[in-house]
Amino acid sequence: MSNGLHIELGRRYKFAASHRLHSEKLSAEENSRVYGKCNNPHGHGHNYVVEISVSGTVNPATGMIVNLADLDAFVEQEVIEPFDHRSLNEEVPVFREQVPTTENVCMEIFKRLKHFPLARLERVRVQETGNNAFEYAGEDSADRRAV
Amino acid sequence: MGQPRNKTMVYLTRKLEFSASHLYHNPAFSPEENKRVFGKCNNPHGHGHNYTLEVTVAGEPDPTTGMVLDLKELKEILEREITQRMDHRHLNYEVPELKDQIPTCENISRVIWNLLEPKITHGRLHKVRLYETPDLFADVYRNGVKPS
Repeated sequence: MSNGLHIELGRRYKFAASHRLHSEKLSAEENSRVYGKCNNPHGHGHNYVVEISVSGTVNPATGMIVNLADLDAFVEQEVIEPFDHRSLNEEVPVFREQVPTTENVCMEIFKRLKHFPLARLERVRVQETGNNAFEYAGEDSADRRAV
Repeated sequence: MGQPRNKTMVYLTRKLEFSASHLYHNPAFSPEENKRVFGKCNNPHGHGHNYTLEVTVAGEPDPTTGMVLDLKELKEILEREITQRMDHRHLNYEVPELKDQIPTCENISRVIWNLLEPKITHGRLHKVRLYETPDLFADVYRNGVKPS
């Protein structure tokens, strides 16, 4: 990219949302056993932290891989607006089918952001609480495209 | 240029902080273009950040010392190459390596990589991460080395 170096820009975002871990494929007892407190019927919430990394050529005129305003606007539209202060189960359609574990939330965010037209999405990391975090980098060839 | 993978490869990270001022301005742009592209970062008197730098060195621990490299040595390299050059400086005017470049996170971290790589002779520089704020950072790797 630039004299043999690979440079990525990292950006951190936050959203707060509620979820409930419950699978229709499991019995009430199994749901309770597998998901514990996270299966409580009215759900609960987290302050999620989303860290994304993108790569691309550093434009010599701006010194930037991508203008932050463009990246922020895209993430706001694709992730923050649809997720923030929502019930993930009720208000994000994909989680009517999938259990909104943070693994699935992380993969869904990757899926929404991989179409960003101005840089290549390298990875998404989602922190559910200060004590647990999940990372997804896509399926190499399928999810990555050259910029 | 891939780093040979080895079962005993260990990655060691040292952190340091420095404070510096900068501004974004491209003399080839019109004032309106500068404002549009760089926004508040184009303010002529500049502004500052507390930067946090994380430097990761990869290597096999020496069987005698148990170290990839002596942390004292790494600390001295970072003090000499980075802190003395950048701490409490204006990056646009006082750091010759950034002359004629916009001092973005991407460019500063690349300059830091280029300053450090030849100085690290025990182990190999694996990654440079530079935080401009807790919400904005850049990572640099040698091409072909898998990020970790």
